[in-house]
Amino acid sequence: MPKISEVCRHVRSKNAGPFWITLDLSFPDSESFERYANAAALQPAAIAALYDVDATQVKRFLVHDLSVVKISYPRRSPQGGAMERDMHGGQQYIRLLDVVLE
Amino acid sequence: MTDRLQDTVNVLVPTGALGAGVRESDVVAGLAMGAHAIACDAGSTDSGPAYLATGVAKYSRAAIKTDLAILMRAQARSGLPLLIGTCGTSGCDAALDWTREIALEIAREHDLHPRIALLYSEQPPELIAAKARECRVTPLAPMVHADPELFGQCEHIVALMGPEPYIAALEAGADIVLGGRTTDTAVLAAVPLMRGAGVGPAWHAAKIAECGGLCAANPRDGGVMMRVGADAFEIEPLSANNHCTPRTVSAHMLYENSDPFQLIEPGGILEVTDARYAAVDDRVVRVTGSRFLPRPYTMKLEGASAGAFQTIMLVGIQDRAVLKELDRFLKQMHRHLCQRVNDTMGERIGSFDISLRPYGANAVSGLPLSASSAVPVEIGLLFIATAATQALATQIAKTCNPLFFHMPLNCDTPLPSYAFPFSPAEIERGAVYEFMLNHVVHVDHALELVRTEYVDTAELQDA
Repeated sequence: MPKISEVCRHVRSKNAGPFWITLDLSFPDSESFERYANAAALQPAAIAALYDVDATQVKRFLVHDLSVVKISYPRRSPQGGAMERDMHGGQQYIRLLDVVLE
Repeated sequence: MTDRLQDTVNVLVPTGALGAGVRESDVVAGLAMGAHAIACDAGSTDSGPAYLATGVAKYSRAAIKTDLAILMRAQARSGLPLLIGTCGTSGCDAALDWTREIALEIAREHDLHPRIALLYSEQPPELIAAKARECRVTPLAPMVHADPELFGQCEHIVALMGPEPYIAALEAGADIVLGGRTTDTAVLAAVPLMRGAGVGPAWHAAKIAECGGLCAANPRDGGVMMRVGADAFEIEPLSANNHCTPRTVSAHMLYENSDPFQLIEPGGILEVTDARYAAVDDRVVRVTGSRFLPRPYTMKLEGASAGAFQTIMLVGIQDRAVLKELDRFLKQMHRHLCQRVNDTMGERIGSFDISLRPYGANAVSGLPLSASSAVPVEIGLLFIATAATQALATQIAKTCNPLFFHMPLNCDTPLPSYAFPFSPAEIERGAVYEFMLNHVVHVDHALELVRTEYVDTAELQDA
């Protein structure tokens, strides 16, 4: 069972406005996209557990033309507050890399 | 090779943000390619709440002036309209006025005499609170309430404009429109919409072009041209060395959007689920199938407050024993620091926070260190004191200084001295700012909350 870092061509995270983070998982081809896009690890419940947010607010989109799974979740606090560690959300994808796809 | 679109309205987008760098060669190329307007934005919330809370721009005055001078001179030569959205990063009134002064300085220095319109979209907190009491302010997820008191806590509140105020200013004879807070798309879509291009293609093209060359193969190689027709649009880079592909163009819908298929704009929703991206040649991409679904007119609100204050210290640690047991070391240090503050400052300190962040270990994630984590060679340990005033935050830092500098891993070892890079050790960061609003306000029409002013031509004469 491979890790996301072993399957995906590119994984990134970024703010989508001050209140949301969005994750883009780019698969190398449509075969691997079809195989893994609906994996349990990429469902809202698993993402919510990984980022400690409410599963009902996690949004998930399949972009078939680009072989991309896009997942967005609400920030635990708005961007740039007193306890901010990642102003642009650009490093939030790192914790996805070792997640196992099956 | 496919035939190019006919009867298009063409917008030259010279950069993703005014101040990030405009190349004169791009602008010359864009004018030669048949531009009908020059447009870009100059702001965003992307760099955090400080710019809106303070009204101070992210980019330097010199960077804005250099870029704006290139564009204003191109405007004067070509006679084409120049539109700049979200001036001064936040688009609040002070940021727009700052940009206005730069534009006037450029005009005087280059003997330019454009008619300049200014679009103000900052809102008084009382007005928005009143709208909230009338149930005309709606929270957006993940926010759930629109308590009228919320608005009074903001230093500045702005409402994001659509294209209508830009169109009105151009129809009134403006050569240059400097806008307050505006959606990135609206400032680029304004001229195509004004001249009757397809509504769906105009909004979609603007979304793709909003970051300039970011939708091209080499995202750092300058700006793009968008050509909007009745049922389709085309995107091509301004630089002859750059190119767009269906993939680079369609992938831009993923960037900084929580939803890649639908974007809510003032007055409607851009819907691109059925959009198709096709290569016209090896540089140009055509897009069809974009739709704009009209909705009752809303403007998104942004507001930021100033809250607590922070003072920071940074120390370098190479001590191998400490790095091997970093988690224990940091917990112990945090306990001692908080105890010391409580012992020396007592109740007058009020509520405070001390955050220790080991850069080189887990400072960015804040997640617990795992047993399998590699031992770093060194860390930069950042200390952040947060308190109600700057003086209190600095008092906390000064109180903690000796422990932060000399904390041993074990109490029976000689006191170490870690590596401070600065004297004085403490750095006052100033206020901490926070985004407070994630709401829309419902308006009767697009101009209801916008104030348009024109620069007096006398101000453009030589000083």
